[in-house]
Amino acid sequence: MPMDQGRSPAIELINVTRRFVSPTGKTLTALRDFNMTVERGEFVAVVGPTGCGKSTTLNLVTGLARPSAGEVRLMGGPVSGIDPRVGFAFQKDALFPWKNVIDNVMAGPLFRGKSKAEAERMAKDWLARVGLSKFLHHYPHQLSGGMRKRVSLAQTFINEPEILLMDEPFSALDVQTRTVMHEELLKLWAERQASVVFVTHDLEEAVALADKVYVLTAGPATVKSVYKVDLPRPRVVSEIRYDQQFIDYCKTIWEDLRQEVETSYRRASEAA
Amino acid sequence: MANIAMEPAAATFRPGTSDTEIEAAALRTIKRRKQLVLFWQIAILVIALGLWEISSQMNWIDPFFYASPSLVAERLYDWALNGTTEGSLWYNLGITMEEALIGFFTGSIAGVVVGIGLGRNQMLSDILSVYIKAINSIPRVVLAPIFIMIMGLGLASKVALAFIMVFFVVFANAFQGVREADRDMIANARILGASDWQVTRTVIVPSAMSWIFASLHVSFGFAIIGAIVGEFVGARFGIGQLISIAKGTFDAAGMFAAIVLVMIVTLVAEYIMTMVENRLAKWRPQQGLDTH
Repeated sequence: MPMDQGRSPAIELINVTRRFVSPTGKTLTALRDFNMTVERGEFVAVVGPTGCGKSTTLNLVTGLARPSAGEVRLMGGPVSGIDPRVGFAFQKDALFPWKNVIDNVMAGPLFRGKSKAEAERMAKDWLARVGLSKFLHHYPHQLSGGMRKRVSLAQTFINEPEILLMDEPFSALDVQTRTVMHEELLKLWAERQASVVFVTHDLEEAVALADKVYVLTAGPATVKSVYKVDLPRPRVVSEIRYDQQFIDYCKTIWEDLRQEVETSYRRASEAA
Repeated sequence: MANIAMEPAAATFRPGTSDTEIEAAALRTIKRRKQLVLFWQIAILVIALGLWEISSQMNWIDPFFYASPSLVAERLYDWALNGTTEGSLWYNLGITMEEALIGFFTGSIAGVVVGIGLGRNQMLSDILSVYIKAINSIPRVVLAPIFIMIMGLGLASKVALAFIMVFFVVFANAFQGVREADRDMIANARILGASDWQVTRTVIVPSAMSWIFASLHVSFGFAIIGAIVGEFVGARFGIGQLISIAKGTFDAAGMFAAIVLVMIVTLVAEYIMTMVENRLAKWRPQQGLDTH
């Protein structure tokens, strides 16, 4: 293995199963025989019905959770604990409300032992890139949702992750802000060439951003199908939705996804 | 919310009223409201004290047991000027404050440290929880005689009582505060590269802080209770001792005077604590900023 480290995919999930055991001893299988490969510099989107285990896949890659069976590999090596090459964008913003904007962004470098001056220089640089240079000393509660999301992105990107995991990061934003954030994300990604796994329930978002779309089955999740999205880059997210090719991709994948959504919905109403 | 109360006062303006006029009118309304609140606050105090004074003067209530505001004021003045039977008033007040403050600081520091420590360690807290519940169910004041027996009439026994009263309140809140810390925020810190200790310092402690502060407000009062109850049971000096002596000599004015002193001290401490809290919590959204 070590000899082809340079070419090994960024992320591999091989026959991964993840079970949760409740304190009363009941088990719940979130993932079953799950296989996924993300090449270096690739942008992968994961779509699936609500509650099917999409977020669980991300937790396995961060090292916050361990697979019950199977193997997770990063850059050709096994995952042991939290990997410093990984960055994570949360669904709701996980900024520290008691720190102001610049201190929030500086947190990563400081945790990793950089000097205060160095961290501050990096943070200012990243905040300039996301257009927040005028808000260094504001607290999160003083910012709009879109601005907070930008701070989150700067906080994540400042560590220069080679692997970027995103768990429905823009789902709480309004539609206009979301489109702006898509553009910014693609710009940052193009500069850094990180490998991205983007979990979402929004199919159009997935097709607009990704190179590859994974469709998951209703829980326990396993990969139903994988679609390669061959839309040219750089993409303009605000206009791509009127592109015929884009619409065709969405239709095809939606046909596939709809069955799973219906299954999941039927199960939920039966359980209720 | 506060702005609901403001609603009736919000006037309608003729078209063409300038913003400055509207703002000036709003400021006037706010000022008038503040004055009204202050007026009633003072009025209630004056009426209550007045009723007490008159009832006592007219012998509707027995002045021997109930004293009267003028007698209490006279006694406070006398104590301040000539000292009490147990020496200077300030010395006695100082003793009580010393006991309460030492108990308060040691108790809250210990409470915070143990609360956060157990909050972070699931196994240890599962094991110890039964004992903590057991000890917590002892009414703290019954410990006073034991502490005095063991530690004597001096400072130590009162500090111990104040400590134990403060400790459990702060501990319970710090523990709960740790448990309420946002899981995503902890995960975020860890992925950003924080060690366990860095997570505790930068995420757990700050997010438990509002719980801890809520308990500190209550627990300063508890520290005073601890000190004074300790002095009741056995002491040579202190406000509790003054009350105890006043009780022994059927000196109602003396008792009320001591109570008023304790009340003032606690209010001042509360005020200082609120100031410190506001300074530390400047990151929090300000309540009532939207009222105008």
